[in-house]
Amino acid sequence: MLSTEEINRYNRHILLPEIGIEGQRKLKHSSILIIGAGGLGCPALQYLTAAGIGTIGIVDFDKVEETNLQRQILYTIDDIGKPKVDCAIHRLSRLNPFVNFIPYNLQLTNANAINIIKNYDIIIDGSDNFVTRYLVNDACVLLNKPLVYGSIYKFEGQVSVFNFSENGDDKGPTYRCLFPNPPAPESSPSCSEIGVLGTLPGIIGTLQANDAIKICIGIGEVLSGQLSIINALTMQFYTIAFERNKNLFDTAPSTLEEFVNFDYSLFCSATKPKNVNEITSDELNDLINNKRNAIQIIDIRSINEEPILNTLKEIQIPFEEIVENRGKINAEKKVIVICKLGIRSAIAIQLLEKNSSLTNLYNLKGGVTEWIKKYKP
Amino acid sequence: MTVNVIFFGALIDAAGTNKTEVKNVSDCDSLKSKILVDYPELNNYKFLIALHNQVVKDNLKLNEGDTVALLPPFAGG
Repeated sequence: MLSTEEINRYNRHILLPEIGIEGQRKLKHSSILIIGAGGLGCPALQYLTAAGIGTIGIVDFDKVEETNLQRQILYTIDDIGKPKVDCAIHRLSRLNPFVNFIPYNLQLTNANAINIIKNYDIIIDGSDNFVTRYLVNDACVLLNKPLVYGSIYKFEGQVSVFNFSENGDDKGPTYRCLFPNPPAPESSPSCSEIGVLGTLPGIIGTLQANDAIKICIGIGEVLSGQLSIINALTMQFYTIAFERNKNLFDTAPSTLEEFVNFDYSLFCSATKPKNVNEITSDELNDLINNKRNAIQIIDIRSINEEPILNTLKEIQIPFEEIVENRGKINAEKKVIVICKLGIRSAIAIQLLEKNSSLTNLYNLKGGVTEWIKKYKP
Repeated sequence: MTVNVIFFGALIDAAGTNKTEVKNVSDCDSLKSKILVDYPELNNYKFLIALHNQVVKDNLKLNEGDTVALLPPFAGG
């Protein structure tokens, strides 16, 4: 039921015959998860909060930075340095106290994604990397959730709705049907490397909120099986149709267990590892015991990725962010790059060598898996 | 026979233009080969091909004046 105050607040929705009291009640009984409270997430959050969605979950592990304020207009100068989810909820609660917000101040991984995503009716992808995008897509397919996709590059944005079914009909196509494989990391720079027009995520994130609202109420045409491309520089709008491709599901995890074990970082690092300098577990152990100050250990696994090893703990830079954060790497010391199996770390070294003048990088052969066998009781 | 090609996303930077014309191609495969020779930078990119506002899966025949779009994935948010 809507209170008198709510009926007044949502008056302009309720006046629309397509929405009315019934549509507004559907919005109140809906739950939406926003992945990423950045350029796309901010406008989507603002409109969905104003629209009166009952429950909104927000996933983000970033803190507000000054460079965010050019486009992430939910935040102010007072928020710099504070967790985005906290700042967002503080602000959005003032916009609409009837919405129940759930913060997830964490990085979404295949270990935690299912338990979060399963609680929501609709998922909105406002993430900024391919690992999260494929991971969220696969989780939504396994959990039967519609996924409202948005992505931006400089002046251009893409929007679509994946895995959508109306009245229990066949599921619509997914992200993998459109892009079966991720591009090589070096051919897909991020906003922080290449820049983005501030209004573009405002447009795309608002379109994502628009389709999410339509799905909640069950009105209009949803962008299922359609990819809309908007160029903010030329004002060209372009929509293409695409179909569900069952063959592509062979390369994706087909059970929750496979999902949890799927190595998304490796899948998204298209390049195969070539020859890089290597170091064995024995050599590393010797360095740790005798020349600890002469080495720097960089763990490129995801935040919270198990197992957590105190002996090897020094600097953690997730694989997807390694090139961007190359400034944190010591140019003087012998730098040991580690991951689970020594594959991602080898690719990370290749990417770093290509994008910097560093020549002091060594890959831990066999990764932490090999290390544990010998040096952890 | 001339076909119009429009580039999207990072392909615009890689090709140095947002559109071009390609002559003497009869189908999507030969168009793709020709484009990759004319713009070798594009070999480093993944992209999908769309014709008549539809993603192309098979090697479709092209007609005079067709417009083909080359769309790369991007992940910014």
